[in-house]
Amino acid sequence: MADYTTVPLRRYYAFYTAGFFIFILILAFLERHGLPPRWIGYSFLFLTIFLYATIGVLARTASVSEYYVAGRRVPAIFNGMATGADWMSAASFMGLAGTLYLSGYQGLAYVMGWTGGYVLVALLLAPYLRRFGQYTIPDFLAARYGGNPARLVGVFATVLASFVYVVAQIYGVGLITSRFVGLQFEIGVYVGLAGILVCSFLGGMRAVTWTQVAQYAILIVAYLVPVSILSYQVTGIPVPQLTYGHVLQKVQGLEEKIFDEPAEIEARRIFRERADGYHERIVSLPESLDEERLRLSDQIAELKSSNAQMREVVALERERRELPKSSEAARVYWDKLMREAAQRGADPEHHLTPYPSGGEEVSDTARLNFLSLVFCLMVGTAALPHVLMRYYTTPSVREARTSVFWSLLFILALYLTAPAYAAFAKYEIYSTLIGSSIAQLPVWVSAWGKIGLVSIEDVNGDGLLQLVELALNPDVILLATPEIAGLPYVISGLVAAGALAAALSTADGLLLTIASALSHDVYYKIYRPDATTQWRLVVSKTLLLVVAVLAATVASQKPATILSMVAWAFSLAGAAFFPALILGVFWKRANAAGAVSGMVIGLLVTLYYMVRVQVDAIPWLGIQGIGMEPWWGIQSTSAGVWGVAVGFLTIIVVSLCYQPPSKATQDFVESVRYPELEGS
Amino acid sequence: MRLEGKHRDYWRRNLKMTALLLAVWFAVSFVVSFFARNLAEITVMGFPLGFYMGAQGAPLIYLVIIWWYARYMNRLDRRYGVREGEGDDD
Repeated sequence: MADYTTVPLRRYYAFYTAGFFIFILILAFLERHGLPPRWIGYSFLFLTIFLYATIGVLARTASVSEYYVAGRRVPAIFNGMATGADWMSAASFMGLAGTLYLSGYQGLAYVMGWTGGYVLVALLLAPYLRRFGQYTIPDFLAARYGGNPARLVGVFATVLASFVYVVAQIYGVGLITSRFVGLQFEIGVYVGLAGILVCSFLGGMRAVTWTQVAQYAILIVAYLVPVSILSYQVTGIPVPQLTYGHVLQKVQGLEEKIFDEPAEIEARRIFRERADGYHERIVSLPESLDEERLRLSDQIAELKSSNAQMREVVALERERRELPKSSEAARVYWDKLMREAAQRGADPEHHLTPYPSGGEEVSDTARLNFLSLVFCLMVGTAALPHVLMRYYTTPSVREARTSVFWSLLFILALYLTAPAYAAFAKYEIYSTLIGSSIAQLPVWVSAWGKIGLVSIEDVNGDGLLQLVELALNPDVILLATPEIAGLPYVISGLVAAGALAAALSTADGLLLTIASALSHDVYYKIYRPDATTQWRLVVSKTLLLVVAVLAATVASQKPATILSMVAWAFSLAGAAFFPALILGVFWKRANAAGAVSGMVIGLLVTLYYMVRVQVDAIPWLGIQGIGMEPWWGIQSTSAGVWGVAVGFLTIIVVSLCYQPPSKATQDFVESVRYPELEGS
Repeated sequence: MRLEGKHRDYWRRNLKMTALLLAVWFAVSFVVSFFARNLAEITVMGFPLGFYMGAQGAPLIYLVIIWWYARYMNRLDRRYGVREGEGDDD
């Protein structure tokens, strides 16, 4: 392919987007004439994967530069779009709206953190990395900090942060395919794996870039359509980003009414009592475990003898089966239930109010956590290798700068809309669902309830739905919006296709990053510097395949712990890379000893804090009682606050204790800073 | 490698602009969020100001910061006669 020129590319992608719209219209027409939902799901799944595969095959390449950095010929605007798709993961697409629904103002930490990080990328990293112009982030570390120790630490941190992340994406693909197409979860995971590999295997970065552009178009259409229609229905204006402020005011009014209703207060009191009950059981362990088992057995026997409903007996038997075996496990199990019950029994917070109102101290801790989460997400954004790598692919430093602008613009299209989803969903649920009869709830409630995303428990037994009796999984807000707005199934299929695009595009970028780190940095740069070009590509493709299969295998085990660790990736990447990269450009005095120790110590401090705050016991290592009180109440997801600070400090102190870097390294820093100096 | 006064000047201007824009970034991200509770009285388009800044204001200002920096630096490059490194790698 000759040089990419922007005009024909724009035309291709315009045709492509128009074609996609026509496809949706045809499906909508067919749905009217009786095409069953399952087939709509299949059509979206296979058509989109087929599209990506076509692009992937067309963009196949045997050139190293094309494979790792798309030949450095990606125009700024398309690199921006690809970065957008690369960046917005399954969690952004499905989870963010729900997080904002559940936590109101507090959830805005994600909106600010995931967009504000691009300021750091634009001002402190992208132009300099592009100026440096190699292939990976460890490449930069090795060039700046003289050799392999820095490179190896960089590879380790890259793999650590990216692997957890990619597992979560493949897991997301499994969820989407199983929910919308009815494939079995494990099969869905491998379908997703195939979808990922067809994009990245043959064409590396080049293929990934052009499929990501295509995926961006689908994901953003899928994100904007349902909520725009909902906005039109509620306010008469189809621009949800502008209208949801007034909807939130109505929500505020509804909240004031609902929160103080006697039935709500009563239901909350019941949840608090439950929490107390769990607390008593925990205190009187181990006897209480036997008592509980005995109590359930008695109840089951009684029910069985009294000809009660089979369903109730089955539910109780399941409860008995799920009782933990050991007293230690019971402590963890009941502690979790106690926290859940206590949380639901607590006084609810208003959507618009920043930081909870439970007293000065609670509010201050919440604010500190909010600010530190924003900080960690920003620094993590500016340090995740799969994002930074994208700025190697533009033709020039100038385009790299402009490209960050386009990236953020395309990302904002989604992030500015997510709070609107939360607002409209809250408005619909508060105004129509709450207070209505549980027997006559809309269909979507029971449909999503079947797969456990919505659960309702009539704790006070009045047959009406109280706010606290409704528990929602964050994902359901986005997934159910088409049904809440009463739209045809084809829109739900569209949303599924968008979520799939978000998950696949992020997984592509991450896999390529891991494979590049291993093949380029470890194999080529350290192990066999004399390897031929062809051989390097063979190794890279093989590793891509191995890592992909490994990630899919892990994902198919449904690892709960890995999923909760995804939020950690930001803190880990931030602590490992951010100080070393920034000081590498802006402080000539930083040397190899400082950088390597700073990266290692920053990473270790972050890991140490996360593990000790989050986990109390690691049974398979025989470790117990390692939990600790968080410092200043900062949660484990924001552990990067400590890691980044310690990282900066260590690099500075250790660097000052050792010789300044060599003349060659200082010249290298100059060459990265002043574009015109290269070769002069 | 020779370092001309021109280069130092270029770098100083870059640092100054970077620092200025980072100060704006810090103010909208952290200072405004810190006082979010106090800003609840003021409303913008139906939002309390604190909420609006987190949901739309700050992200849009980030976009302006990045746009401004790219424009400023691309002009500075031209003014200082920077030779773009197109195609000088690989």
